[in-house]
Amino acid sequence: MTCKKSESGKTKKVIVVGNGMVGYKFCEKLRAKAGPDRLEITVYGEEPRPAYDRVHLSEYFNGKGSEDLMMAPRSWYEENEITLHMSQLVTHIDRENRCILTHKGNRDLYDKLILATGSRAFVPPIKGTEKEGVFVYRTIEDLQAIEQYGRKCKRAAVLGGGLLGLEAAKALMDMGLKASVIEFIPRLMPRQLDKNGAAILQHKLEKLGLEVYTGRQTEEITGNGSVKSLRFSDKTDLDVDMLVISAGIRPRDELAKACGLKTGERGGIIVDDCLKTSDENIYAIGESALHQNMIYGLVAPGYEMAEVAASQIVRERDKTFTGFDMSTKLKLIGVDVASFGNPFTKDHGIPIVYEDKLKGIYKKIVVSDDGKKLLGGMLVGDAESYNSLHQRFLNDIDCPENPEVLVLGARGDAAEGDGVENLPDEAQICSCENVSKGDIVGLIEDNELTELGEIRNETKACTGCGGCTPLVKDLLNHTLERLGKSVKKTLCEHFEYTRQELYSIIKVQNITTFDDLLDEYGKGDGCEVCKPAVASILASAWNDLVIKQDTIQDTNDRFLANIQRGGTYSVIPRVPGGEITPDKLIVIGEIAKKYGLYTKITGGQRIDMLGARVDQLPDIWQELVEAGFESGHAYGKALRTVKSCVGSTWCRYGLHDSVSFALRLEKRYRGLRAPHKLKGGVSGCIRECAEARGKDFGIIATEKGWNLYVGGNGGSKPQHAMLLASDIDEETCIRYLDRYLMFYIKTAEPLNRTSTWINKMDGGLDYLKTVIVDDSLGIGAGLEEEMQKLVDAYRCEWKEVVDNTDLQKKFRHFVNSDEPDPSLKFRDYRGQKVPDGWGS
Amino acid sequence: MNSVEEIKQWYKAEWYKVAHVEDFPRNGGVCIKLDNLQIAVFNFTSRDQWYACQNLCPHKMQMILSRGMIGDKNGIPKVACPFHKKTFSLETGENLDGEDYKLTTFPVKVENQHVYVGLPA
Repeated sequence: MTCKKSESGKTKKVIVVGNGMVGYKFCEKLRAKAGPDRLEITVYGEEPRPAYDRVHLSEYFNGKGSEDLMMAPRSWYEENEITLHMSQLVTHIDRENRCILTHKGNRDLYDKLILATGSRAFVPPIKGTEKEGVFVYRTIEDLQAIEQYGRKCKRAAVLGGGLLGLEAAKALMDMGLKASVIEFIPRLMPRQLDKNGAAILQHKLEKLGLEVYTGRQTEEITGNGSVKSLRFSDKTDLDVDMLVISAGIRPRDELAKACGLKTGERGGIIVDDCLKTSDENIYAIGESALHQNMIYGLVAPGYEMAEVAASQIVRERDKTFTGFDMSTKLKLIGVDVASFGNPFTKDHGIPIVYEDKLKGIYKKIVVSDDGKKLLGGMLVGDAESYNSLHQRFLNDIDCPENPEVLVLGARGDAAEGDGVENLPDEAQICSCENVSKGDIVGLIEDNELTELGEIRNETKACTGCGGCTPLVKDLLNHTLERLGKSVKKTLCEHFEYTRQELYSIIKVQNITTFDDLLDEYGKGDGCEVCKPAVASILASAWNDLVIKQDTIQDTNDRFLANIQRGGTYSVIPRVPGGEITPDKLIVIGEIAKKYGLYTKITGGQRIDMLGARVDQLPDIWQELVEAGFESGHAYGKALRTVKSCVGSTWCRYGLHDSVSFALRLEKRYRGLRAPHKLKGGVSGCIRECAEARGKDFGIIATEKGWNLYVGGNGGSKPQHAMLLASDIDEETCIRYLDRYLMFYIKTAEPLNRTSTWINKMDGGLDYLKTVIVDDSLGIGAGLEEEMQKLVDAYRCEWKEVVDNTDLQKKFRHFVNSDEPDPSLKFRDYRGQKVPDGWGS
Repeated sequence: MNSVEEIKQWYKAEWYKVAHVEDFPRNGGVCIKLDNLQIAVFNFTSRDQWYACQNLCPHKMQMILSRGMIGDKNGIPKVACPFHKKTFSLETGENLDGEDYKLTTFPVKVENQHVYVGLPA
């Protein structure tokens, strides 16, 4: 095949070398600007799969398959008429003829060539890196190899304590390995953190089980064939079965070098502000490009380069690349770390530092000498203020008079306005996709968008690193509010707060009665919506007796029994796990007979006695309490039952003792009041006879422990519970359950079952997992503590009534007569009584 | 107690002493028996008002309203039936959900800590 130049001046064909995230993004942007009729696009990738999301590579270990990480499926390329050659390495560029050559011998002509060749892991010149068990952390293939090799290992080390190195360490820990990190410089994350910040991070990571060695120079990797230990320059050794090298990146510039393009001294294809290389028909973008002596190893600047290069090629406008903000926020092994601007004060600025070694929080900002401008900063342990600080920095917004409030938070008086409303329209909200505040607000106003998902689809904001999601959400809510569209799920006309807000108010202000809350935070007299909702929050917050404020309870909670047709009530004593002795069965039978009650087995493995008059309830319960029964809370938005199968004590298939575990759980959470009723189940094996996955929490025995499922529900929209954690022991299971239930209680809307709550949650189950299992919000211990308080505060409500004649007074139909309700009528039905008549 | 009808009702009423104020919960009701009548009487503490209405919920004909929760809708005092949360004005007896059944209401007065309900003479 001969190479021939196409007619000069007109670009008809673009070839992209490299199919990583940036290469893909370039295709997407270019295709959006020029359709297939205008421009032919061909991509060469050396990897055997389409572009994938390297930013979230470590999630590969969290069960995400390579499919999940894919940026776009093969079909995307077909739909967009982009020719994709996978597993094909471009080996030569013939600049004169504008032609490339691949290792398969194929030639292809271009008008414009894009080098998005990325980078490779840097392997330092240490003796022994060729040994078996030494890996780099870069591609899905690397990860697969690490995962496979890791199965026969116990100890592993990561060489490199930077951002990626810590991510690699997390992946090793997730594999169940004892992990160490070795950093040559005397601190972790030297590019982002100073000495004190790094010390706090190190301390936190060590507490989470990571071994950290800083200031260590690795001299040799020893072992006979495969790695056995690391020898440091101080002649000490660290025994490891595997080593993952994450010591930085080197741009892949060999192709560029070979065809004579200018490259940097330490690597990288030199580009100008238009991202053109020294050949005007060749561009370089992403990690292989060297712009003003800088290699950008993050995805956001890569995307920006893709945009600039695509604009240049279609000559759309004079877009240029003038450097990029390298601010970043991420979670490392559950610890928040963020840095923005220039967080070091070597030659400029004044630092303001907040350090809490106890909690492991370090916050530092650097302000200009006159205190007016924010120059940079770093956050460890608590990065909640990152978005507002970062926006202030990016948009050059003046600091408040006392800049320390930016670190410490405002004290007492109203907080400084650093919310989204104060940002200028040009403020960049999503740096990956370069979406401004004005873009988003415009869409909400003009296209009447009301959902985060819609904004995501329209602008692609939140789809890269995801870091801007909270900001976009704030912006959405704020804009909708400004447009007069209600976004707040307030309780009712009496409270302008959501349930979650009221929960916080009640806890923080120590409010214990509805009247106090209404006086301080509500208006009017309350109603049948807010009263029980607040009653439920008060019960969840303090676990005080609901009967103390009986008139704000729904009638079921007011009389501690379920109202039935005709105005009688049903009585359900607790039968934990469905396990009951013959003697107790006899007691129930005798009581039902004595008071003439209809009896039926419930779905939750207990016995319902129906048809009790309100005045009979205390007497019935007196007998039940004396026989050792307690309230079953069948009347409450509270824990009902933890259903169980017969388990390993009897069942020939049972793996573990499901009954004992169900008993333990039911006793732990009995009386726990929640936004809606709660049900649990425990099955002793996969046959799942307890139907645990139909419950708000379901636990199923496995060979190695228990699988914990959450968010199941029968009802009008049945839904199976979803796996939260697998193969965990009982204690872990209870810890997760404490967190899960408490998190639900604190954040759900009134009368939302757990399934609805999770369905509505941004990020759904995945997000819930990070909160409960990874403790990404750092609230795990607090939730457990709150739950323990509720558990400790439990008292049987019926026992209280039985022991207190004052509380019994209200259990009568007439206040001025002892007569029962004369309108009650029953009829005989299959040998038992049922209410007669139900008005129409 | 504003409309002419209500004032007339008040003056024409025959008053029955039904209970002591301490028999009532705060912001809640009790049921009283007057011959064969069942009347729900409410101690609306937050308004410092007393209200009375029939105990029968006209929706499903249940003798239950005294066990209902009270509150207000845009300032109108109301009671919600425990069965299906139908709400009724305690002033006029009107259904506040736009349905076409209503309650009979009765005047209430408190003298010397005793609660009186007025029935049409």
